[in-house]
Amino acid sequence: MNFLLSLIVWLPLLGALVVLFAPGLSDHTAKRVALVWSLAVFVLSLPLIPGLGVFDGARAELQLVERVPWISAFGVDYFLAVDGISIWLVLLTTFLTPITILSTFDAINTRVRAFEAFMLALQTGMLGVFLAQDLFLFYIFWEFTLVPMYFLIGIWGGARRIYATVKFFLYTFAASVLMLLAIIALYVLWGQNSFSLPDMVQAIRNNQFVLDQNLGRWLFLAFFAAFAVKVPLWPFHSWLPDAHTEAPTPGSVILAGVLLKLGGYGFIRFNLQLFPEASRFFAPAIGVLAVIGIIYGAWIAYAQTDIKKLVAYSSVSHMGFVVLGIFALNPIGIHGAILQMVNHGISTGALFLIVGMIYERRHSREIDAFGGLWRVMPVYTFLSLLIIMSSIGLPALNGFVGEATIMFGTFSSPFLGWEFAAFGLIGVILAAVYLLWMFRRVMMGDVTEATAKMRDISRLELSMLIPLVALILLIGLYPTPFFRAMNESVTALANGLGPVLAAR
Amino acid sequence: MEFQIPQTDFTTIGPPLVLSVWATALLLIDLFIANKRTTAILALVGLAAGAAVALPFYGQTPRVSFEGMALLDDTAIAIDWILTLVTAITILFAMDYLKRQAIEMGEFYPVLLFTTSAMMMMAHGRNLIVLFISLEWLSIGLYILAGFAYPRIRSQEAAMKYLLYGAFAAGFLIYGTALVYGVTGTVDMATIADQLRANQAMRTSPLLLVGLGLLLIGFGYKISMVPFHMWTPDVYEGSPTPVSAYMSAATKAAGFAALLRVVQIAFPVDVLPTWQIIVAILAALTMVIGNIAAVAQSNIKRMLAYSSIAHAGFILCALVAIGEPGAVQSYLYYILAYALTNLGAFAVVIALEQAGEERFDIADLAGIGWRQPLLGAAMAVFMLSLAGVPPLAGFFAKWLVFQVAYQAGFWWLALIGLLSSVVSAFYYLRIIVNMYMRERSEPVPSFTTAPLLLGVGVAALLVVVQGFLTNPVLTLVGQTVAAGR
Repeated sequence: MNFLLSLIVWLPLLGALVVLFAPGLSDHTAKRVALVWSLAVFVLSLPLIPGLGVFDGARAELQLVERVPWISAFGVDYFLAVDGISIWLVLLTTFLTPITILSTFDAINTRVRAFEAFMLALQTGMLGVFLAQDLFLFYIFWEFTLVPMYFLIGIWGGARRIYATVKFFLYTFAASVLMLLAIIALYVLWGQNSFSLPDMVQAIRNNQFVLDQNLGRWLFLAFFAAFAVKVPLWPFHSWLPDAHTEAPTPGSVILAGVLLKLGGYGFIRFNLQLFPEASRFFAPAIGVLAVIGIIYGAWIAYAQTDIKKLVAYSSVSHMGFVVLGIFALNPIGIHGAILQMVNHGISTGALFLIVGMIYERRHSREIDAFGGLWRVMPVYTFLSLLIIMSSIGLPALNGFVGEATIMFGTFSSPFLGWEFAAFGLIGVILAAVYLLWMFRRVMMGDVTEATAKMRDISRLELSMLIPLVALILLIGLYPTPFFRAMNESVTALANGLGPVLAAR
Repeated sequence: MEFQIPQTDFTTIGPPLVLSVWATALLLIDLFIANKRTTAILALVGLAAGAAVALPFYGQTPRVSFEGMALLDDTAIAIDWILTLVTAITILFAMDYLKRQAIEMGEFYPVLLFTTSAMMMMAHGRNLIVLFISLEWLSIGLYILAGFAYPRIRSQEAAMKYLLYGAFAAGFLIYGTALVYGVTGTVDMATIADQLRANQAMRTSPLLLVGLGLLLIGFGYKISMVPFHMWTPDVYEGSPTPVSAYMSAATKAAGFAALLRVVQIAFPVDVLPTWQIIVAILAALTMVIGNIAAVAQSNIKRMLAYSSIAHAGFILCALVAIGEPGAVQSYLYYILAYALTNLGAFAVVIALEQAGEERFDIADLAGIGWRQPLLGAAMAVFMLSLAGVPPLAGFFAKWLVFQVAYQAGFWWLALIGLLSSVVSAFYYLRIIVNMYMRERSEPVPSFTTAPLLLGVGVAALLVVVQGFLTNPVLTLVGQTVAAGR
């Protein structure tokens, strides 16, 4: 019996309790304890890297399975496992959390222990979402992630934090309860006294569990609502700019870095697997929403005067690509979508970090308040340029690989086609426009009186950005191992979507 | 002619009997006790004894005695234990509160025990008359308790209102019983079901349906089902806060226990399905109206009152589905989760209440989460549990009742319930917002004493672990679900 996954999931929660209740822990030490703790979790997750240890990237099925009956009266199992679809997202989470906690060293100075505790508890929730293979267990982790984030924004956020956090909570909560109803419906209709996702998917593929077409579509929509809000897909996005703008820097990093991915992951794992017919039926409509989101997000980002809001809207645009790739419903599109989720986590996480760094120095995020940073902060400017280029999708950097793959998938998809790809490309161009425009106004130009005294990047800040930049280059230059590890699982999943697609 | 003394098995009413006897004794003993805290501790001892006498009979075959009037099965024992827990926590809440409010009198505790004893009888009765007498008996206790803070005009008002509405409820209940008796010729619930099963004409008799409707109204008052809920906010607001807490948790549990007995034993769904749709509609109305009205409240006690109305609707979802496997367990599971959570939620109000001054506004909570970390954290747990956020008890309870409702074919009821719980999240979150995210230049002083914190701690801990222990709890509340025959 292996328990590596359980260890990775629950260790952060234990850390949260330690940070919260350890007697006599100073703020200074609490930050370090949290950092070491999250690094330990990261180290424990290293054997999961495909080819390095316990996870075999050449297998399609679930690995490292842990399954114990929990609420046997209703067939709920404690059921964790990982496969090629979730492996990179799990590693993204364990990788980003220490960096996020590192960013609290500068950004958080009040009620530090509580902050670190919520951060670690959030990690447990996010990892649980990616690893749970029991529908009910998944839902518990899914909803649980709301609670720490709610407090992170509400207590340490900006001036309109209460509005932002309540909106965030209610939006996601409202959409999620629909998913709960759909989960209940699947359980009752299946009638096997089990919430096991792989078993249910197997039954659906073998035609042992046949859903009425109409009902299947309704249930698809119920799951869709929960994930579309989380991604967020246009027009369900309006909570995101508020949450991002008001959240403290570490909150924004983790929100963009991992929390948004829960939605994309949910689409792949649940919508596509459980409802192949409805997925095919709704794919074009969802494609349209995704394309609107790509262009709309980019357009609004261009109009922002607040750098953080600009990055927030860029998320709406970028996550549109992910949804487009998923609902291309072919292996290549889904490959691209999964990789792009990882890419977006790294690049946008890094963007929020660099915004946070100049905010710490000037306590302003207005684009007009800056200018000429390249003279006073050359290292910072160089790294920012690299990250911005990654977000734009410059070849040889990670964003390009993901977006290009998604475009191929969209183009060759029988449900989407070249029109969608064409509009998507407009989005890529717009991304270059708003990000470079921002870069020019903030970093280029002459040094103003206000920016002249800004010091360059500190060692601490450098240590946050270096790992991210390294990954940006690694994925950009050599993405093959990333694709290879997910290939088998994604292909198997796409085969389940219908014979038409398997042929492509 | 031979006169036969009926066989009586006093164990069938063990826990309520022990409490009544103990309460009578305590009333006398109290005369010689100067420190009323001792009386409170003695009352706790009595509660423990009452709960313990049921222990040997747990998991055994159900027993019936007193000519079929009283019944002991696992459902009854589960309700007894829930009520014991609620009453014990109430006593912990009341200890210092009564003193601070200068209304400390030893009689409080015996009266509380008498009332609890009556509530237990609601679960033990297998006869409509027994249910009626228990209901009256518990109401008398509550009239006294609601008016216990008699120097305050609001407390008097609460007692008066509860008396009037209680009289109404009793009237409906006894009239309903009379009509049911008129049709079936009996008030024994098991015999009523037998009669209905055997006799088609009785099942369709309008008189019987009216009778059943009146019974429903009678209990509907006690569980604050819409549209019989109007008294609830006023009474909860005016009563001494520990009594409001007790009413919201224990009275509800007792009312639901009796309602369960009536539909489970006397009018099973397979015999008389008519009531199902009516209760379903009332459940939907209760959830929606309770939650929407709660949004508008700025007084914490009134908000909690409306929230308790809404939760009555959630519990009714399981009642609608009572014929499904697992429904009774889900019903009792929800009652336990709800009772603990709502009871605990009142604790923070108790802590804010100073002598004579009323600090019930939500704004009074500002910053209390940081000043009183334990109390604040517990309150946050209660609010999230009431909103149905995993992994807390309230979430599991909602899942269970909506699942059985869906199983019974009432998917729309589950949908309404889930959507209305989103509305509820709004006002529960507002409490957390005030506790943790707002500050106040002059914070309202709060009184947390050891007994209060102990009570809150126990409730919060149980709310946290109940979800993880869902399987054992389900087994505990539903090992042998007896039809009482």
